[in-house]
Amino acid sequence: MRESRLWFWHILSAVAILFLLGLHMGIMHMGTVLEALGLGSTHPTATAEVFARSQHLFFMITYIALLGTALFHGLYGFRSILCELSLSQSLQKAIGRLCTVAGFALFLYGTYVAVRVFQMKGV
Amino acid sequence: MQHRYRNNLGLWGWLGGGRYGFDRYAYALHRLTGLGILAYFLMHIFVTGTRLNGPEAWESAMNFFDNPLFRVGEFLVYLAFLYHAVNGIRLVLVELGLLVGKPGLPSYPYSNSVIRHRPVLVGAMVITAVLVLFAGADFFFLTK
Repeated sequence: MRESRLWFWHILSAVAILFLLGLHMGIMHMGTVLEALGLGSTHPTATAEVFARSQHLFFMITYIALLGTALFHGLYGFRSILCELSLSQSLQKAIGRLCTVAGFALFLYGTYVAVRVFQMKGV
Repeated sequence: MQHRYRNNLGLWGWLGGGRYGFDRYAYALHRLTGLGILAYFLMHIFVTGTRLNGPEAWESAMNFFDNPLFRVGEFLVYLAFLYHAVNGIRLVLVELGLLVGKPGLPSYPYSNSVIRHRPVLVGAMVITAVLVLFAGADFFFLTK
């Protein structure tokens, strides 16, 4: 039952990532196309643009949402791949716990960065 | 912990898969691209974390990655994302029981859900290829 619930969240997170990462990838890598449509710029990694986006509430929220969904989706997928290698039950549990702890730690770090940079007004 | 059947083939069990067809390789590639994206994502969290130290630190990080090797690496990550996303949409549809046809009696010529679903897989690969061409043009020719 627990695995079914996690699998359901894995699929649901994939749908959320599709929109959030699609938006992120579009802005970061399809600059020329978006500029032609009047929706973006060709220098998305320029310092001024990066900090301007980071200090926009919409982008801060989408960054944190993307961080959380992508960490869950990626680490659950990683755990599933490892568990299919017929490891012992105790090793499977240890991998699950390690992924959970790493996921929470990375989420806290990434959220801290997003919030702190959001608060750096005037940079 | 859910019951799993023993995978006596180990890594080869999902990389090779014996006499399986095209779908099996699409499955293996989905996992490989997933692992590649995860590796990049974990690194990306720390690279974007340099913003904490101000614009100079960010510029220094960007200067470090501004070379052809990382540009090609970035493009490979983009390809992995495109494949994983398009194939992932197909897998979600299959998970929901869509586009696999209705079950029926086993009458000749025999068919199954994998065969009925094959055109969707081919279509997904065509869409991925078109997006790859589009992204390649943007990465290497259009963006200065």
